[in-house]
Amino acid sequence: MARRVSLFVTCLVDQLFPSVGLAMADVLERLGWKVEFPEAQTCCSQPAFNSGYWDEARQVARHFLRVFRDAEYVVVPSGSCGSMVINHYRELFHKDAEALAETEALAPRVWEFSRFLLEVAQVEDVGARYDGVVTYHDGCHALRELGIKQGPRRLLARVRGLVLKEMDVAEECCGFGGTFSVKFPEISGAMARTKIESILRTGADTVVSTDSSCLMQLRGALLRAKAPVRTLHLAEVLASR
Amino acid sequence: MISIPHERFERVLADPALQQAIYAATGRLMEKRREAVAPEALPDYQELRSQARRIKEHTLENLDYYLEQFEAEVHARGGRVVWCRDGDEVVDFLTKLAREKNARLIVKSKSMTTEEIHLNQQLEQRELEPVETDLGEYILQLAGERPYHIVAPALHKTRYDVADIFSRRLGVEREEIPERQTRIARATLREKFLAADIGLTGANFLVADSGAVVLVENEGNARLTTTAPRIHVAVAGIEKLIPRAQDLAVFLKLLGRSATGQPLTVYTSVLAGPRREGELDGPEEFYVVLLDNGRTRLLADREKRESLFCIRCGACLNHCPVYRKIGGHNYPWVYSGPIGAILTPQYFGAGHEPWLPFASSLCGACGEVCPVKIDIPKMLLLLRREIGRSLAREGKGRWERWAFRVWAWLMTRPKLYEFAGVAASALAPEGSEGWLTGLPPVLRRGPLAAWLSQRDLPLPPGRSFRQLWRVRSRVKRV
Repeated sequence: MARRVSLFVTCLVDQLFPSVGLAMADVLERLGWKVEFPEAQTCCSQPAFNSGYWDEARQVARHFLRVFRDAEYVVVPSGSCGSMVINHYRELFHKDAEALAETEALAPRVWEFSRFLLEVAQVEDVGARYDGVVTYHDGCHALRELGIKQGPRRLLARVRGLVLKEMDVAEECCGFGGTFSVKFPEISGAMARTKIESILRTGADTVVSTDSSCLMQLRGALLRAKAPVRTLHLAEVLASR
Repeated sequence: MISIPHERFERVLADPALQQAIYAATGRLMEKRREAVAPEALPDYQELRSQARRIKEHTLENLDYYLEQFEAEVHARGGRVVWCRDGDEVVDFLTKLAREKNARLIVKSKSMTTEEIHLNQQLEQRELEPVETDLGEYILQLAGERPYHIVAPALHKTRYDVADIFSRRLGVEREEIPERQTRIARATLREKFLAADIGLTGANFLVADSGAVVLVENEGNARLTTTAPRIHVAVAGIEKLIPRAQDLAVFLKLLGRSATGQPLTVYTSVLAGPRREGELDGPEEFYVVLLDNGRTRLLADREKRESLFCIRCGACLNHCPVYRKIGGHNYPWVYSGPIGAILTPQYFGAGHEPWLPFASSLCGACGEVCPVKIDIPKMLLLLRREIGRSLAREGKGRWERWAFRVWAWLMTRPKLYEFAGVAASALAPEGSEGWLTGLPPVLRRGPLAAWLSQRDLPLPPGRSFRQLWRVRSRVKRV
């Protein structure tokens, strides 16, 4: 019998980039997983947590814990939202024994998409084909909070037709940072432009990352700069044939 | 809304030469550090960081003990410890000392702690003449500016700027070649070293078991400052203590590498007490001023106490994408970058420049390179929470608080959340291929306008994932 995964698509993918969620489901189903989407899911709570509203964040985080309580695996197309649950719920609930226990029980079953493929599904080659020159942007939270560095690159290396070109500053922040992007728009925009210069220097036609939030920032800035570079979530590349 | 100095950011962002200077200088320091702590160069780098953190934790947990031990050891070696609650007490002590010893000229080596209490201005007001002898600090003293960076204070000055400053302030002919500029500074400063009565330094470390002040530097000016004048005064924050001389083995391996990528700086001076009988050099009198200036308040806060672990290497500044854009002078205090963003509100209170901890994308680069493993992103998050509470008490920031309350209410009601998405999608304007470029007239302010000021905005694609998923599941079943 096929094993079961629950998608947590994140509120951003749900509302703005649904194709990323569909691509993730396609890849997982092709690998033989039974994919479920618990419809009561909303957000991981990070926007409130990062903005200092911990009471509000706790309400939303408790909702998350309830929705996914019985999940065998929760797979997330985001290192940032994944890290929120895996790392920061502990801080959020450090004085709430019950929610903390639920966090400890759930966190080990929450997986960022690329890591799930490599470590749980144990595949590197998902049978994808993508004809293009790709550069990979390290999302900060995937990289520094979850230690995801080589995994996505290994997955991309197995995609037929794909040429991977590294940026000189792959690890530098794109400047999104949640509410930072609208509280400090001039700094956030300047950071995005620095990143874009590095992307353009690679000559790549596509930027790929594990997080739709970074890609939203980069795509928005690429469009504004009229630079002909696509942005795709890793799941979208791995789903293409 | 809290007030954010957008215009000041814009000014730095709009200066291409300054942008290039900051980005290139910090980039070089990043590159050098990366090589210096690479596994081939320093295999036990991560263990050293953990060890450094443990030593700092232990020292601050037992600070009362180590402070007294340090004082006793300094006395045993013929020096004197002076306890100061704040900058005023430091100024009073120095003024009195200068009067007693009939001293006027004070040579100084680089010290952030004395910058913190604006010591130069204070001493000048009392008819004393402090002279900075670190080249960068000297340039800034002549220019009348505060440090731009913790270890590279004049990082923002080009050699052309320096040429202007020297010719204006020293009356020398305009000189644009750095080596020759250094020679000009050296000639002027040599006279000061020989004439000074007091040498004033900071301290990179205070060693409790040997009553020693440790100074690291590259120019040799700190060594001259501590040996040429007959009196040496070191001003240091109480958090600079480490228990034992052997702990230096951990910290010296980390400090130079993290700051400039040097395995060791050119000079490392370990100074304990004044010159003894039969010794050739060293001062006749040796004082260590131990400064609190708010540190004990930080120490009392268990959650954020680790902010005091900082050894002022500046690595978090170099690696901070925000610092690299807005530069050092946009930070309100002498400590800039991520460490400044967490220290400033703790020293001055949550209501002081409340935007500071929010000026971060939380990318985590600062925490990753901190040699004593201060969890700077976590400190920023804790401060954001505190500032939110303090604003609420003052009745400020109502809109945002209300917005997050509504948001939380919506996010715990999936049906309403879905409906809100459908409504937003229906109300969204027309874009080009799903993205909005221009600003619709109704949106002149607020977060969407802020977003659109820099980049295009994605529009809701008509159907959310959950709606598409329902369709997909139906199709699969058939």
